[in-house]
Amino acid sequence: MNSSVILFVAAFLASAVEAVEALTIVLAVGVVRGWRSTLIGVAAASLVLAAVIAGLGPALQHIPIGTLRFVVGALLLAFGLQWLRKAILRASGYKPLHDEAEAFSREREQASSAAPIASTGMDWYSFTVAFKGVLLEGLEVAFIVVTFGATQGRLGLAAAAAAAAVVAVVVAGLVVRGPLERVPENTLKFVVGILLTSFGIFWGGEGAGVGWPGGDLAILGVIAYVGLVSYILMRALRRRRLALQPAAAQA
Amino acid sequence: MRYVRSFGRFWWNFIVGDDWRVAAGLAVAFALTWLLEHEDVSAWWLLPLAVALLLSESVWREARGNSDARSKRHS
Repeated sequence: MNSSVILFVAAFLASAVEAVEALTIVLAVGVVRGWRSTLIGVAAASLVLAAVIAGLGPALQHIPIGTLRFVVGALLLAFGLQWLRKAILRASGYKPLHDEAEAFSREREQASSAAPIASTGMDWYSFTVAFKGVLLEGLEVAFIVVTFGATQGRLGLAAAAAAAAVVAVVVAGLVVRGPLERVPENTLKFVVGILLTSFGIFWGGEGAGVGWPGGDLAILGVIAYVGLVSYILMRALRRRRLALQPAAAQA
Repeated sequence: MRYVRSFGRFWWNFIVGDDWRVAAGLAVAFALTWLLEHEDVSAWWLLPLAVALLLSESVWREARGNSDARSKRHS
């Protein structure tokens, strides 16, 4: 597997997870409160996102590649470790699984109990929730695209991966016409956490002056290492939980 | 002011998240890597090792806290 494929897969999966979360919010609000204001909120957030990406992308080209890799690698590592930490705790049963169906019901309940639609025709509740959801999740997608693309000098490929992920998730959402509970979000987050952490180690290390044994191929070794560490931790925690369960129940 | 605070909160959650110790540990690991490499000592192993240690400590602490809370609820 060459580095372009790894880059595409990593950017696609990471963007897909964010897109699922944004779509869950938009669907819940749209179904309950109506689509007009919700879609205006989505469009407004998309415009702000486009402006942010247009501003950030060219600016990054002027930063020296070593500095860029260091900053991006460090950010990616901090971000990836958070995902991985949560994914390990979820997979071992120490954190409840993040269920999109539950998130959908929660959003829907909140939307139906919110203030009624104003006589002007604009529902500010739908607009704000859709705007915030799309903007926040979209900023995370933008961060992934910019970091992955800029450090490898392949902004176009990373953007294409993110666009493909968003299109795939939206099409899936329209087809299932409900929350995207069919997407195995926790498994996806586990894989994405491993990839983000591995790229963070690799680029952050290069930015700090590390020369990786084996050059670019070392990324495969780093991915395998992070995957193995995560798997061992998940198994050990799961065993610990199962061993403690009867004791806690009897106490 | 509210926007500044929520902007700050967004970046804090984005970078630091639930466990500030992991972010602090990473900062130390990056600084050590940079120092060693600038002293011509090969330090490629340091970040992978730091990630394994920080991740293990963080999830283990969370699991311990979780089990303690459950035991208190049952007692």
